[in-house]
Amino acid sequence: MSAIATPARQSTGGISARTVNRIVIYGLLALFALFYLMPLFVMLVTSFKTMDEIQNGNMLALPQAPTFEPWLKAWGETCVGLTCAGIKGYFWNSIKMVVPAVLISTLLGALNGYVLTKWRFRGHTLVFGLMLFACFIPFQSVLLPMATILGSLGRFGVTLRNATGFSFGLGNPTVNLVFVHVVYGLGFTTLFFRNYYEAFPTELVKAAQVDGASFFQIFRRIMLPNSMPIFVVTVIYQFTNIWNDFLFASAYAGTGDAMPMTVALNNVVNTSTGVVEYNVNMAAAMIAALPTLLVYVVAGRYFVRGLMAGAVKG
Amino acid sequence: MTTVTTQIKLTPEHSARPGVSMRSRLQDALPKIVLAPSFAITVVFVYGFILWTVYLSFTNSKTFPSYALTGPRAYQRLWRWTFESDPPSSWYTSIINMGIFGFLYIFICLALGLFLAILLDQKIRGEGMLRPIYLYPMALSFIVTGVAWKWFLDPGLGLEQTLHQWGWTSFHFDWIKNKDFVIYTVVIAGVWQASGFIMAMFLAGLRGIDGEIMKAAQIDGATTFQLYRRIVIPLLRPIFLSAFIVLAHLAIKSYDLVVALTSGGPGGSAWLPSNFMYEYTFKRNEMAVGSASAVIMLMTITAIIVPYLYSELRERPR
Repeated sequence: MSAIATPARQSTGGISARTVNRIVIYGLLALFALFYLMPLFVMLVTSFKTMDEIQNGNMLALPQAPTFEPWLKAWGETCVGLTCAGIKGYFWNSIKMVVPAVLISTLLGALNGYVLTKWRFRGHTLVFGLMLFACFIPFQSVLLPMATILGSLGRFGVTLRNATGFSFGLGNPTVNLVFVHVVYGLGFTTLFFRNYYEAFPTELVKAAQVDGASFFQIFRRIMLPNSMPIFVVTVIYQFTNIWNDFLFASAYAGTGDAMPMTVALNNVVNTSTGVVEYNVNMAAAMIAALPTLLVYVVAGRYFVRGLMAGAVKG
Repeated sequence: MTTVTTQIKLTPEHSARPGVSMRSRLQDALPKIVLAPSFAITVVFVYGFILWTVYLSFTNSKTFPSYALTGPRAYQRLWRWTFESDPPSSWYTSIINMGIFGFLYIFICLALGLFLAILLDQKIRGEGMLRPIYLYPMALSFIVTGVAWKWFLDPGLGLEQTLHQWGWTSFHFDWIKNKDFVIYTVVIAGVWQASGFIMAMFLAGLRGIDGEIMKAAQIDGATTFQLYRRIVIPLLRPIFLSAFIVLAHLAIKSYDLVVALTSGGPGGSAWLPSNFMYEYTFKRNEMAVGSASAVIMLMTITAIIVPYLYSELRERPR
């Protein structure tokens, strides 16, 4: 398929036409590479500049005296709303939210996918269809009821704490967000595992069944050892989505100490008290972007595969 | 698929006749028991909540939910606002923006994605380096994208200022502060973020096309342009459909990007229906109106997604 650019060779002047052709193609590709890299580049160089240099210098120029100051300030001192202790706390909030949410939703997705492919029952397509559609709903249509429920759970948590001295996590914003992300991530994780297990030889499962292996034995001994790729894909996909979420985060943990990174970043950037420190803002944005960028750099192939699996129902 | 090497332990007491012992009956029901919580969660927290939102849209809930039905008043207001163009109502602005943003975002992403995929498919040296460059924005959150582009498009600091310094002093680009053009900056940032991913989808599609067809067409004397127009692009139809679904659903859900990039734009001029919903529900204490707008968003997505899912799930009968 890749050999399409060659047919221009028939004519005698073909060689030069072909060369021109190649130059145009490479030129365009380079131009677009610039377009995609530019904002990241600007963000990165700005985060290493002093405010003086930003106000008087060129946006695209490299920092003349690179300084880590903005990064340190963003991490430990900058103001998020009225609290001025940097974004580090919010960074950890995001971690505390992402890790359990990813693990729980992935594991449930694996089990669901296993049931939906290897232990089919009447109406399994309907069940899957309903779960799949849940991936696509605009979350605005569930935002309010969830807020109401989380509110009631929070009040119940207070009662519980007064009675027993422990609220069991009810009313804790981070716990709430974990719950929300598990609930609305289930459709995706189930989709991933279902499509993966669909291609998994059913004969193996049947054979194991004949040998008397139980439901969970088959899952643990046959399915799991062969699910590494899809686990990586799902974990990366969920990690990126949950880390980057803003809607749920701002609706259910929009203020106070529990906000996740995305909300905190938005607050830092939109805080209008005093001089706007662009370098600090950019450093904060870089810090918010680093975990997902890192995942992308380390496991880009799986990242793309996850996106595709979420997009093209394989 | 690698071969399974794990040995299964044989359990001696497996009953040949199902439904006899308590244990085997449990074993039979186990798959459903495992799936049940997820399914129940979906039914309650997705479909139940949707119904709840629909219900709320027929009440006169303000700051707090109220459960006395008062008829379709919220929808009537939205309907009235739909035609209130001078001065534009927030709802009018939101849906007009949705139209502009949705159309341009989907169209440009598809066109640019296909274009880049075709370019990259010309036996390019360094493809392995270019692909990740085109794709990485997809890993960023809309908030980060918004912050980066806000800076880049700021007339006083970004592109305009840079070009002025380079001597092009007549250059003027203040879309991000201009209420008539701010939505186009959202398009730019949105395209920047998603087009690389669409490129990857098309590239995967191109690589899947049978080379024999191409050779045959070339022997028949087709030019490169004809080859693509008549053969390749029609073969990519399924990818167009998937990409369209992805983009349409991303477009309707876009909320964060508008917030981070424009903070809603001057006077709310960059709002999309998702922003309208959030603002009316949580900031303007018009919960019923917010719910009604959410229901309208949901119905729009449903109209696009359900036929697609239906055909996808039906295609392979088993």
